[in-house]
Amino acid sequence: MKIYRASVVCLTLLFPAALGAQVSSERLLRAADEPQNWLTYSGTYLSQRYSPLKQIDAANVKNLELKWAFQAQSLQKFETTPLVVDGIMYLTQSPNDVVALDAKTGRVFWVYHYATAPESRPCCGIVNRGVAILGDTLFMATVDAHLVAIDAKNGHAIWNNKLADAAAGYAMTLAPLVVKDKVIVGVAGGEYGIRGFIAAYEAHSGKEAWRFNTVPSPGEPGHETWKGDDWKHGSAAVWLTGSYDPDLNLTYWGTGNPGPDWNPGQRPGDNLYSDCVVALDPDTGKLKWYFQFTPNDPYDYDSVQIPVLADMDWNGSPRKLMLWGNRNGFFYVLDRTTGKFLNGAPFVKVNWASGLDAKGRPIPTPQPAGKPTFPGIQGGTNWYSPSYSPRTGLFYLSTWENYSTVFTGVDVDYREGLRYTGGANAAPIPGADNPVGQRSSPVNTYTEALGRGAVIALDPHTAKRKWTFDMHDVNVSGILTTASDLLFSGGREGYFQALDARTGALLWKVNLGGEIIAGPISYEVDGKQYVSIASGNGLFVFGPRDGAN
Amino acid sequence: MLVSGKLVNQRRTEGPSKLPSRLSASPSIRFALLRAGRASRRYSLGWGWWNRLLVCAAALVLSGAYAFVGRAQDRAVTYAPADIRYGAQIYAAQCAACHGANGTQIGGVDLGGGQLRRASSDQDLRAVLANGIPGTAMPPFRLDPSEVTAIVAYIRNMRNFDSHAGNLGDANRGRAWFEGAGGCTSCHRVNGKGPRVAPDLSEIGALRSADFLQRKLLDANGTMLPVNRSVRAVTKDGKVINGRRLNEDTYSVQLIDDQEHLLSLDKANLREYTVLTTSTMPSYKDKMSEQETADLIAYLLTLKGLR
Repeated sequence: MKIYRASVVCLTLLFPAALGAQVSSERLLRAADEPQNWLTYSGTYLSQRYSPLKQIDAANVKNLELKWAFQAQSLQKFETTPLVVDGIMYLTQSPNDVVALDAKTGRVFWVYHYATAPESRPCCGIVNRGVAILGDTLFMATVDAHLVAIDAKNGHAIWNNKLADAAAGYAMTLAPLVVKDKVIVGVAGGEYGIRGFIAAYEAHSGKEAWRFNTVPSPGEPGHETWKGDDWKHGSAAVWLTGSYDPDLNLTYWGTGNPGPDWNPGQRPGDNLYSDCVVALDPDTGKLKWYFQFTPNDPYDYDSVQIPVLADMDWNGSPRKLMLWGNRNGFFYVLDRTTGKFLNGAPFVKVNWASGLDAKGRPIPTPQPAGKPTFPGIQGGTNWYSPSYSPRTGLFYLSTWENYSTVFTGVDVDYREGLRYTGGANAAPIPGADNPVGQRSSPVNTYTEALGRGAVIALDPHTAKRKWTFDMHDVNVSGILTTASDLLFSGGREGYFQALDARTGALLWKVNLGGEIIAGPISYEVDGKQYVSIASGNGLFVFGPRDGAN
Repeated sequence: MLVSGKLVNQRRTEGPSKLPSRLSASPSIRFALLRAGRASRRYSLGWGWWNRLLVCAAALVLSGAYAFVGRAQDRAVTYAPADIRYGAQIYAAQCAACHGANGTQIGGVDLGGGQLRRASSDQDLRAVLANGIPGTAMPPFRLDPSEVTAIVAYIRNMRNFDSHAGNLGDANRGRAWFEGAGGCTSCHRVNGKGPRVAPDLSEIGALRSADFLQRKLLDANGTMLPVNRSVRAVTKDGKVINGRRLNEDTYSVQLIDDQEHLLSLDKANLREYTVLTTSTMPSYKDKMSEQETADLIAYLLTLKGLR
């Protein structure tokens, strides 16, 4: 017995990681109990992007200093959210590399390189937003629509499953979500007339467990919201990671625009389940409920935002809620048990709808031809991760303020692998382009007339702003809040900044020099808290100044 | 073949069945026909003069012109109006989402201005369309040969696609007016000569369409790009700074002041900061004859910068 114990101790000393790095599904369920780690894309299954860490606070945040940086071997947009597991960080760089590094120093253990198929054609950049982990296996969704399992210790592929045809426009850019023994993903390609789906794969084998078509087949409920063969290229892509409520055993996913994007006349009907949140049984993929934000969407108002789950008092009794700042400019509070609409209001200037009816359905007010629609083509917000702090009870969102586009629908024929967008849209200002993608000018040339960015704090009960932090350029950054009531966010200008989550006051900023289009995370190694953010083509990690507090 | 005048006003009756009604009604389609004619004319007028310049090695001064001749060998001399129109439609459906309506939406790329990273000849453009550019966001497109021809024709003409009708004017006369009666050189700098108070125009012919240049002359305020706005700042210790904005963010502004100093100001240290929405450039509406306007635009379009 003694010998046995001694050998365990020896093994533990020799291989501390081997025994400690097993990320069981239990650990994923209780991710909030190990705030030193960042175990899923949005931090925990509730997707609040909230860290319980509080070593960095309002008093010492001004002393933050750069601890290390990682330079991606790619000039693509850097949208990764790293995972941190017991001192090891796993991040992705374009096109589909996984990098394992020391979360304390940034030194690299290994790089896994996945060769993407040349026919891969993601619409809007060859990006990847991160990996998922279960046990000692990482899971990455690729831009050529494969799902790959990788050994977290040595960076070697374990299995590789082709999910869809990249030449037809299918792609994946999201971080997968692991629930129990399954890996759940969705497919991008909403600009190519794909047929969207969410699917689960057995973690150990890659075998498909279930598939939920976000555009229903003939005979399936919801199919009646399409006419003729429109559904075959109805898109409803899924390109951001979902959430999970273990008590209800429901996983929630946002779906994208119907195809063709900007020509609703070519696809009459509500076009389910485009621009929806769907609640699925993670064991079977069966639909429990759905809520559609923008029926028959003419504006590309993808509803792929992260479903933020929060439990709070609602009209005097505790309720399981879902908070949603939608690209269509409305903020929603839903009951996540039933999908019932509880509250909603515009959070930016909106003129495509006069409001929401009692069931949360928009009351459309289409603008005359040639007149600007608010919000514009990139939305009042987009896919950038919001945050919810259970301490402040506020929902935090990156927004584009007073931003519009002149939409024009154009008939388009479907051809496999070609764009199927059906639009000729323009900025409302002659000579200006809509601010999409990388900046092409040193100043935010477009946004003076086309709107600007902000971080806003919304009270879910009133759907009103508690505060607004105005930016000069548009804001494409994710948001992190912490238990010390700090809010971290970036933006297109390349600043990484810390705000007071209660007041929106600026507490600290640093110029990282590259567009911040990812979400910050926080983690702890050896008792020291760190905050990381991707900016430009680098990942930057900050911590309290050594010797200072 | 040059385009005849009567085509200019011809309504579209042929072509793809699904051209959007709003697009077909647009005057820009009609102007495109004229543009094709103009493009040819520029080539035919330019040869002898540019060749002489090349012999004299004066290309250093007007190297945009050199590029113009060099590229001419790689381009079709004329592009059929029908191709241009067809290409505009395909462009709107397949290309505009990333490249923008003006072809300038991706950093460092200006399709209409011929500023491309991986292509110069029409053949290059065709290859990029067919194969995409690995490692970038440019995907391969499966297109018919006729569609490829159309997109190339449109890209080669898009910069002037929606400009106003009118004659092209005489670049030499335009230069004389620019440097003389027009007084433009009292603010603008061209090829190393002139003050830096207003934007340097050495590349303006590559950056702006004829249409934009014309509108600029007639309505300097309405066409002013935000980046060029005049700013006035007063520091906390009372120093007044007037200049032209070069860059701005939430916390700071970068400018060139009226003494041609490059300044970066922290907004937190300013007592007053105003971005002026009126241009310091006068409007030339009713101050220039139609011929003078055409001549000036013709000159500005020769300013292609160092390539």
